[in-house]
Amino acid sequence: MSIDLESFKAMKHELEERRQAGKARRTVIVGMGTCGIAAGAQQVWAALRQELNNRGLPIALKKTGCIGICEREVLVDVVDEEGRWTYGDVTADKVPAIIESHLVNNRRVDEWLLGKVDSPECPYPDMGFYRKQVRRVLVRCGFIDPESIDDYLAWGGYSALVKVLESMTPEQVIEEIERSGLRGRGGAGFPTGLKWRLTRQAPGEIKYVVCNADEGDPGAFMDRSILEGDPHAVLEGMMIAGWAIGAQEGYIYVRAEYPLAIKRLRIAIQQARDYGLLGENVLGTGRRFELKIKEGAGAFVCGEETALLASIEGSRGMPRPRPPFPAQKGLWGRPTNINNVETYANVPAILLHGADWFASLGTERSKGTKVFALTGKVAHTGLVEVPMGMTLREIIFDVGGGIKGGKQFKGVQIGGPSGGCLPADKLDLPIDYDSLTAAGAMMGSGGLVVLDEETCMVDLARFFLNFTQSESCGKCTPCREGTKRMLETLERICEGEGDPDVLERLASLAQTVKDTSLCGLGQTAPNPVLTTIRYFREEYEAHLGEKRCPAKVCRALLEFRILRDACRGCGACKKVCPVEAITGERKEPHEINAALCTRCGACVEACPFDAIVR
Amino acid sequence: MKEITIEIDGRRVTVPEGVTVFEAALKLGIEIPHLCYHPSLPFLGACRLCVVEIEGARGLPASCVTPVAAGMVVRTNTERVREARRTILDLLLANHPLDCLTCEKAGECRLQHYAYEYGVASSTWQGERKRLEPDESNPFFVRDQEKCILCGRCVRMCQDVQGRHAIDYVHRGFAVRVSTPYDVSLTETSCVFCGNCVTVCPVGALTPKMSRGRGRTWEYTKVRTVCPYCGVGCNVYLHVKDGRVIGASAAEGPAHEGLLCVKGHFGYEFIHRPDRLRVPLIRQGKSFREASWEEALSLVAGRLLETRKRYGASAVAALASAKCTNEENYLLQKVFRAVLGTNNVDHCARLCHASTVVGLAAAFGSGAMTNSIREIAEAELLLVTGSNTTETHPVIGTRIIRAKRAGARLIVADPRRIALAEEADLFLQLLPGSNVALFNGLAHVIVKEKLYDAQFIAERTEGFAELVEALEPYTPEYVEGITGVPAELIVRAARMYATARRAMILYSMGITQHTSGTDNVLAIANLAMLCGHVGREGTGVNPLRGQNNVQGACDLGALPNVLPGYQRVDDAEVRRKFEECWGAPVPTQPGLTVVEMMEAAARGQLRALYIMGENPMLSDPDINHVREALEKVEFLVVQDIFMTETACLADVVLPGACFAEKDGTFTNTERRVQRVHKAVDPPGEALPDWVILCRLAQKMGYPMSYDHPREILEEIRRLTPIYGGISWERLGTDGLQWPCRDADDPGTPYLHKDRFARGKGKFHPVKYRPPAELADEEYPLLLTTGRLLYQFHTGSMSRRSQGLEAMAPEPYIEINPRTAEVLGIGDGQLVEVASRRGSITLRARLTERVARQVVFVPFHYAEAAANVLTNSALDPRAKIPELKVCAVRVRPLGANGSDGGGS
Repeated sequence: MSIDLESFKAMKHELEERRQAGKARRTVIVGMGTCGIAAGAQQVWAALRQELNNRGLPIALKKTGCIGICEREVLVDVVDEEGRWTYGDVTADKVPAIIESHLVNNRRVDEWLLGKVDSPECPYPDMGFYRKQVRRVLVRCGFIDPESIDDYLAWGGYSALVKVLESMTPEQVIEEIERSGLRGRGGAGFPTGLKWRLTRQAPGEIKYVVCNADEGDPGAFMDRSILEGDPHAVLEGMMIAGWAIGAQEGYIYVRAEYPLAIKRLRIAIQQARDYGLLGENVLGTGRRFELKIKEGAGAFVCGEETALLASIEGSRGMPRPRPPFPAQKGLWGRPTNINNVETYANVPAILLHGADWFASLGTERSKGTKVFALTGKVAHTGLVEVPMGMTLREIIFDVGGGIKGGKQFKGVQIGGPSGGCLPADKLDLPIDYDSLTAAGAMMGSGGLVVLDEETCMVDLARFFLNFTQSESCGKCTPCREGTKRMLETLERICEGEGDPDVLERLASLAQTVKDTSLCGLGQTAPNPVLTTIRYFREEYEAHLGEKRCPAKVCRALLEFRILRDACRGCGACKKVCPVEAITGERKEPHEINAALCTRCGACVEACPFDAIVR
Repeated sequence: MKEITIEIDGRRVTVPEGVTVFEAALKLGIEIPHLCYHPSLPFLGACRLCVVEIEGARGLPASCVTPVAAGMVVRTNTERVREARRTILDLLLANHPLDCLTCEKAGECRLQHYAYEYGVASSTWQGERKRLEPDESNPFFVRDQEKCILCGRCVRMCQDVQGRHAIDYVHRGFAVRVSTPYDVSLTETSCVFCGNCVTVCPVGALTPKMSRGRGRTWEYTKVRTVCPYCGVGCNVYLHVKDGRVIGASAAEGPAHEGLLCVKGHFGYEFIHRPDRLRVPLIRQGKSFREASWEEALSLVAGRLLETRKRYGASAVAALASAKCTNEENYLLQKVFRAVLGTNNVDHCARLCHASTVVGLAAAFGSGAMTNSIREIAEAELLLVTGSNTTETHPVIGTRIIRAKRAGARLIVADPRRIALAEEADLFLQLLPGSNVALFNGLAHVIVKEKLYDAQFIAERTEGFAELVEALEPYTPEYVEGITGVPAELIVRAARMYATARRAMILYSMGITQHTSGTDNVLAIANLAMLCGHVGREGTGVNPLRGQNNVQGACDLGALPNVLPGYQRVDDAEVRRKFEECWGAPVPTQPGLTVVEMMEAAARGQLRALYIMGENPMLSDPDINHVREALEKVEFLVVQDIFMTETACLADVVLPGACFAEKDGTFTNTERRVQRVHKAVDPPGEALPDWVILCRLAQKMGYPMSYDHPREILEEIRRLTPIYGGISWERLGTDGLQWPCRDADDPGTPYLHKDRFARGKGKFHPVKYRPPAELADEEYPLLLTTGRLLYQFHTGSMSRRSQGLEAMAPEPYIEINPRTAEVLGIGDGQLVEVASRRGSITLRARLTERVARQVVFVPFHYAEAAANVLTNSALDPRAKIPELKVCAVRVRPLGANGSDGGGS
C-alpha cells in the first residue's frame, strides 16, 4: 500500500477531528518515561489495569512520556468531563482509592492531586516550577502516547512536513531555519540553518542526516525525555532536514543505555514507514528517505560528532580532525548534517509557525527556548524548558524553588563536564550561548547541576575531571596524558598535598590542554578546573595553605570530633565505626582516636544527637 | 587545482589547496616537530607536537591536519608554541620509561630527539605510569607498551596501508593502549608480521628481536640493497656491525614504497648460519672432503672439457640461478656458450614463467610485466588470477588490497579461496587447469555483447576474426561446465572487466604451470587486447615473477634459445655481435630446457651438469625422477650457499656468496634493474659466484676477468639493446626499468604504449585442453601446489631463519572438510598423499579454502615434498611442467604414521 500526500492529509485531518471530539472522554494516563518507570510506573499501570478491569469500567488507560516534574513521579493523569487532573507520587496501593473516589464517585482525591492541567505549553501555571516555563519542544511530552503515531498526528504532528513537501523549496526551508536563528542545542551553538546550507551546497550525490542522541553528560536527560516522550518530533525534524539538504538516508545514534528511547524510536520508525513517511517513495513524492538506528556502546566521546561518525562506520569512536567538517566530508566521506535531538525537535514548529514565532523568544543571538535538566541541590529537580536569556537566578530560584533544605547557594555547573562552574555573583547572567562562553562555561547540552555550601569546588573539579579523563579516547597527547596529570594534581589537593605554586602549574597545564587538544572533549575538559580556579580560588588556597576543606567534603582534611557536651554515650557511633577508632564507656562522652579514624563518616550518620562534627 | 599563498614564519609560500600547514612548511625547509605524522600514513593529528600559532585561530592547531587557507599567517616557533611542545613532551615523558641507556632505539628515537631539542630532561609531573610487561609472544619483534606513545603510526600502518586490522586502540582514557582483539598474541590475529609497524614506530615500543642487544644506530652501518626473496624487489638496509648483518630495515624505493613483508624484514638469519658452505668440497665415496679452490676448479674445468671432448658439447649443461645477480647469470651463460660451446643453459624460470615468456612474446613481442607495480593504484579494476598474491608477493598483495579499499574493483579467479578472494567483488573459483575455458568464456561474453574496444582492435591488433570464430563455442553455460564457475558470474566478470576504463590483469603460476600454460597466457593476452587494456597506465597483462632475479636471469640469456636481451641464438646477426665481443663462436642450435635436461640425463645423454644456486631436488616436478636423473649424471657440480638436497648428490660443491656478500644488479618483476650492494664478506673461503665463474673460465683456458660487476654490466649494456642505457652509475637508488636503450632513456614504466613490441598485437585463438592428468577412480582428487607467506621456494633460506620457520614449521595438505569427512580424516591428522609418481606423509588441515575435489600442498618442505607427487608433463611450446595439477589420492594414517584408515 502506498500512501500519497493527499490520503495522508485526509487521514491526519480525521485523527485531529477525532481528538477534538473525544477530548473529554474519561481516560487514565500514566507517566511512563524512564523517570516514571524508575519510580514504579509499571506497578501503577498494572494496578490500574486490574482495578479498571475488576470494576468493569470502560475507561481508556494510556501511557505518556515525562512531563518534566520527575521528582513527583509516578504521575497519573485522570481525564474527566472537567478536564485533566494530575496525581503525583502515585503508588500501586493508592490506585484503588483514586479509581474509587475520582472515577466512580466523581470525587477527586485532593490531597494527592498535583493540579489541573492548563495548557501543554504551561501545564500547571500555579506551580512555581512551571510558571516561568515555556514548553515548545516539550509541548507534547507528557501528553501524547509516544508509541502512537496516530496520537502524534492528532496533535498536529507531521503538519510541518506536509507543509514543506507541499509548498516549500529546500532553499526556502533553509532560509526559514536561518531566519529563525536556531542554533545547535548540542553544546557549541552552531547556527543550524548555516550547517544545513553548507551540507546542501557540498558537492555529492549521496548525503546523510545524522541525529546525535548520544547524550552522555552526567546528570543530563533532556534528549532522552524527548525521545521517550515525543519521538516523532525528532523524526519529523530529520525528515525535513533530509529533504532540505538532499539526503536520502539518516542515522540516529542513540546510546544503548537508553533502551526505552531506542524501543520507542524503533516503534516510531516502523510506524512512519507504515504510513509512507519513510521508504522508497515518501508520501508519493518519488523521493527516498530512510532512517536507521545505531546504538552506541557507551563511550562519552561518541557524542563528539566526528567520533560519532567513526562509530557509525564501525570504527572505534575516535574523533577526527576538523576540517574537513562533516558538512563537507562526514559519514563514509559524504556530506553529512549532524544535529542533536533537541535541535531536530525544534524544527517542525519553526516551519509550522514561522521563524518569527520562534525568534519571538530569546535574546539577540540566542533564540527560542532551551531545555535543561535541573539537578543537584535544588528544591525541585526535573526537566525544564525556559526561554533563552532567562537568568540563572530565575531558573534556580523561581523554577527550581531554590536550594534544598534552605542551604546556601554556592554555584552551578552548567554544560556538563565540558562546561564551567559559575558562582553566586553570576546568578544574574542571562542564559544564552555567548554570555556563558564569555563567563568560561558553555551551554552544553543543557545539564544544570546546582551546588550548595556543602559542595567542595576542588572535589567537584576532581569529579568532572575524573569523568573526562576516563572518557578520553586517548588519541591525542594533551587530553590523554594532560587530564590524567590534572586529575592527579586535584586528587593531591583534595588530600591536602601540594605546594601553593601547584595551582599555577595546574592552570597552565589546563590551558595547554585546552589549546592543543584535538576535539571538543579535550578542549573543554579543563573548563571545570579553570572556572573553579577562577571563581573559587580561595577554596583551593584553603586546601593548599591551611589544609582545610571549607565544604567539609575532602576526607583527608577532615577531623572528626565528638562534642563532649552533646554526647550522651549511647554507643551508636562506636558500634558502626569500622576501625574501632571510637572509645568510651556507656553513658559517658565518647572520643575518636584521630590516628585510627579513616574519616568514613559512619559515626556522623549514626549519632542520634548530632554530637559528632567534622 | 587552486593555489594558495600563506605566510609561515614571515616567509611566503604557495601550495595547492588541500595541502596542510605542515607540508607547506616543509616546502620552505621548515620541519615542524612531529611524532604521529608520517608521510606514508593518513594524517591523524594525535601527538599535537606539531602545534603552531595561526593568527585568528582558536588555541594552537596541529599543523599536520590543518589545511592551508588563503592569507593564513602561521608561526611555528614562538615561545607559546615552544612552551606547549615542552608541555606535551613533559606529559609524554611522565608516562615513558627513561631507560635510554639500554633502549634499542636510542639514537634514532624521535622522543629522545625532541626531548633533547626542547631540553626536557625528565617529567615535572609525577604520578601513575602504565606498567605493562613487554610482549615477546611473536618470533619477530617485541612490543614494549610502556614505551608506546600512542602516536598511532603502527595502527594506521596495519589498517590503512597493510589492510590487516590486527591491532587497534583499546580501552579509554589513561588506560588506552594499542592491542590486539582481546589481547591475544599477534600470532593469533590477522597479523602477517610484515614489520612495517616496526619501521614506522618512532620510539622503542616496537623493536626487532633479531637485532636485540647487538648494536644501536651509531654502531652499525646501513647498506642499501635489494631483498633476496620474491620478485617485488623491495629495497632494504642491512645493518652491519663487525662484519655481521645484525638487522634489517626498509629503505624507500619506487617498487615497494618503503614497505616490506615478513621475509624481507626478518628473514636474514640464513646469512650467518653455521651450516653455510665455507670451502669447496669434493665427493669421496658417500661423503665429501674439503678441497682448495685450485683443486676443485681444476677438477671441474678438467671434467667439463673432457666431457665435451668425449661426448660433444650437447652432453654438458648448466642451470643458472634466479637468485644470483644479472652479472653472474650473464657470465654463466657466457662460459657455457663461449667456452663449452653449448646452449644447454636454462634455469628455474622454466618452472615458473616459461609460458609467459613464450606467450607474451607471441602476443605482444615481449615476455614481461607490461606495467609497473605502482600502477596498481591507477587501475579501476584488478583481475588477479592464479596468484595468491598476499602470500607470494606480499607487498604487491597489500597494494591490491589498498587499491580495492580505495575504490578499485577486484575480480579474483583461483581454485582456492585465497585471502584476496575475501576482498574481491567477484570470486571465480575455477577448477585447476580450466583457465583457457574461463578466459575464452569472458572473451566470448565481451564479443557477444560487443563490449570490446573496436578502435584498439582495428588499429593495434591482428587476428581478431579468427579469435571471434574460435570463441564461438565458449558460452557461459559451456564454460560453467568445464570450470565450475557459475555462468552468471562469468557474464558479470566479463562486463566488469570490459567496461572499466583501466583494467589490469595480474597473474602468476596458477596460469603458467600447466601443460596449457602458454595457451593460458595467450587467452589472457587476447582478453586484454580485446578491451584495449594494454599499453596504457593502470592496465596491462602482468605476470608476477617469483624469484628476486628470475626476470634478470631470463633477460641475461639464461635460456637455451636466446642470448641476453631475448636475442635469438638462431639469428646469425646476433651471434656475430656476441662472437665479436666474446672472441668465441656461439652455438646455433637452441639447447635443452630444465625438464628436458633431466630427461636427457636419465637417458644418459647428458653427462655433466653445472648447477648454480638451484635446487631441482625440491623445485622440479616428479622428484623421484629428478633424483634418478641427477644420480645418472656422470659429473655434477653444485655451486650454492648451503648443502641443499641437490648439492648432496654433487661430485663437486662450490661455496658461493649470498646476496649480502656481493655487488651486482637484480631485475625485479616490473623490469626494474636495481643495484645490490655488498654488506659483509662471504663466510670462510666462499667466493662471489661471478668470481668463481671467472676463475673457472680461466681454468678452462678462456681469459675472463673483471674487477667489479659494474664492468660486467658494461659488457651487458653493449650487447643487450634493452639494457643499452643501463650503467652502474645511472642506476642510483631507484634503478631503471627496461627497455632502456641509451644513456638518455629514462626507462619504460609500461610497455606497448603506441605500438606493440612486435608491431601489432596478435590474437591467438586457443582451445581448452584438459590437464595432462585428471582425477579418476584410483586418484580421485586434484592436487594443486603453491607457496606460503613464511617460506620461500625450497626453503634453503627461509627454513634457516628461525622466525619464519617458527611460523610455518610443518608441511600440510589443505582438504575441504566435507571431503575429509568422506575420507575419515580429521583436522591435524597424518595422511598419506599419493600420485602415480610417489607418495608423501603429512598432516591434514581442513579448510573451506579449497573446493571439495581439490587439495593443496605447499612445496617448500623436503620432508614431504609436494614435487614427489607432481607431474612432469610439459607444455609443448614453453616446456613448463604441469606443477599445478595432478591426480592424487589421500588416505588417513594413525597418529604415528601407521595405517589408520580403512575401518
